[in-house]
Amino acid sequence: MQPTGRSPVVDVALQGSGISIAEQVDRAKVLQRLRLGDVAFRNITRGAAVTVLVILGGIIISLVWGSLPALRAFGVSFLYEEVWNPVTEKFGAIAPIYGTVVTSFIAMLIAVPVGLFIALFLTELCPMWLRRPIGIAIELLAGIPSIIYGIWGLFVFAPFLQQYVQPFLITVFGPIPVLSTLFEGPPYGIGIFTAGLILAIMVLPFITSISRDVFEAVPPVLKEAAYGLGCTTWEVARYVVLPYTRVGVIGGVMLGLGRALGETMAVTFVIGNAHRISGSLLAPGTTISATIANEFTEAVGDLYTSALIALGLILFVITFIVLSIARLLLMRLNARIGV
Amino acid sequence: MDSSLSRLYARRRRRNVMTMGLAYAATGFGLSWLVLILAVLLWEGFSGLSLAVFTEMTPPPGAAGGLLNPIMGSLVMTVIAVLIGTPLGILAGTYMAEYGRYDKLTSVVRFINDILLSAPSIVIGLFVYEIMVAQMGHFSGWAGAVSLAVIVVPVVVRTTEDMLTLVPDTLREAAASIGLPRSLMIQKVAYRAARAGMITGVLLAVARISGETAPLLFTALNNQFWSLDLNAPVASLPVVIFQFALSPYKDWQSLAWTGALIITLAVLALSIIARLLAAQRRSS
Repeated sequence: MQPTGRSPVVDVALQGSGISIAEQVDRAKVLQRLRLGDVAFRNITRGAAVTVLVILGGIIISLVWGSLPALRAFGVSFLYEEVWNPVTEKFGAIAPIYGTVVTSFIAMLIAVPVGLFIALFLTELCPMWLRRPIGIAIELLAGIPSIIYGIWGLFVFAPFLQQYVQPFLITVFGPIPVLSTLFEGPPYGIGIFTAGLILAIMVLPFITSISRDVFEAVPPVLKEAAYGLGCTTWEVARYVVLPYTRVGVIGGVMLGLGRALGETMAVTFVIGNAHRISGSLLAPGTTISATIANEFTEAVGDLYTSALIALGLILFVITFIVLSIARLLLMRLNARIGV
Repeated sequence: MDSSLSRLYARRRRRNVMTMGLAYAATGFGLSWLVLILAVLLWEGFSGLSLAVFTEMTPPPGAAGGLLNPIMGSLVMTVIAVLIGTPLGILAGTYMAEYGRYDKLTSVVRFINDILLSAPSIVIGLFVYEIMVAQMGHFSGWAGAVSLAVIVVPVVVRTTEDMLTLVPDTLREAAASIGLPRSLMIQKVAYRAARAGMITGVLLAVARISGETAPLLFTALNNQFWSLDLNAPVASLPVVIFQFALSPYKDWQSLAWTGALIITLAVLALSIIARLLAAQRRSS
């Protein structure tokens, strides 16, 4: 039906032009080929788009599949047991989960306020000619591979903390009840606290560049109106910019949190890889990603490997939730601005 | 009345000065890390930099050597990852921007792609371990390249979609009006208009994977010797840095610093070139 339905169009176009029937047939063939190419290209691109979904599906399925032996052996207790003993093959994930959450929390505690203030500086205070260089510098900081932060943390930052910062923290917070347990014990240099600080330096550029982008999306009229009323820069930032961009800022923070939770190399160097939960932040600990990076290639026995893959599954589920929330919030902001 | 007003003004001004001071301090704080990290890296890295680094293999502890095999391994795996990931990413981005811009499928893929973009790379390593290493029974350079490709795809999808969306519709309409089929319009007009942006995306993806360590740890593993056999474990620069930095040997640690310097310079160069390309496109 279709070829015959369309061929008259070809004929009409060629009528009276002295073109022979044979050439008309040729032209129909060419058009046919182009149409086929069109359909093929469309389907190939569609297939590629679906492949992105397949990759995600594959990640989830392979992680669930790989962690089944461990989940079957330990059940729910895998989530709250602290023991991690490859010799007796008893595994529990709470120590790495705790380490992941606490290091990320320390990182966000530092990086969020600092990042927001840098974004504020870049959008409100910085002279125009300096904005681009500083913005670029911050983005370059975001591009430095995490292993560089790791090696720097191990050889430079951790010894510095051990020698100067941690003894100071121990003596200062020693007499204060709750804080004394948080900052207790010998200054190892490596540990949860150091890992949290390195993570803070790593996620700072992400939070800064996203906050700067959303701050820049505030309509100038709003800010000018507030300045016109006599507001100070801080008041404009606090009562106009922040409320307007709240959703986007939270989205950016969640994005940074997603990075911090999943970060591997920077943490692995400085966390100490100790499977225990310690009251002190200065003590060595471990995170999910550091445990996998340190132990996976040395894991003997299916149960050990499976327990590590189960850790990966937990990490993926946590980051998936955090990143989904981040994306939904950022999408909501974009819909409102009308980007 | 008057004095309370001026007190109020004074308080507001004080608070403003304080918070603005904090903003300056925060910026100085953030930038000082960049300076500090780069300074240490340059100092430690350059002291170990020599021709031998590029011409000799990784040494056993206590001997002299270079980083030739991990550099080659990284290059080969990066090239293969880009060869696999770029076409896939460009095609997927093409569908999202050209054919299904308002599709349900597109919005789902965009959402999932954004999540893959910042998914923990170690999880991607586990995924490729499960589907390739565990099935084949041995670590291999192919597995390493595939895990890097999985990281390339979302970056390229994202930039391709963004850049094609920026191509003005009048170009598409002009192409359609002279009878160009849609697929040729995309290949000959839209791709050409968005080319600089798409190349930027690929460069950014290369910058991203050239420092990736976590996904290579248990896919490509490591190799002490010269080997370009992709069916066997292949050394890569980040993994060698990881191994050497954590070792107790001074020579290895100094090689790790040199490797770190090479990676950082490569990544910075790539991102600066990408940025220049993007800026050129804006100005033209």
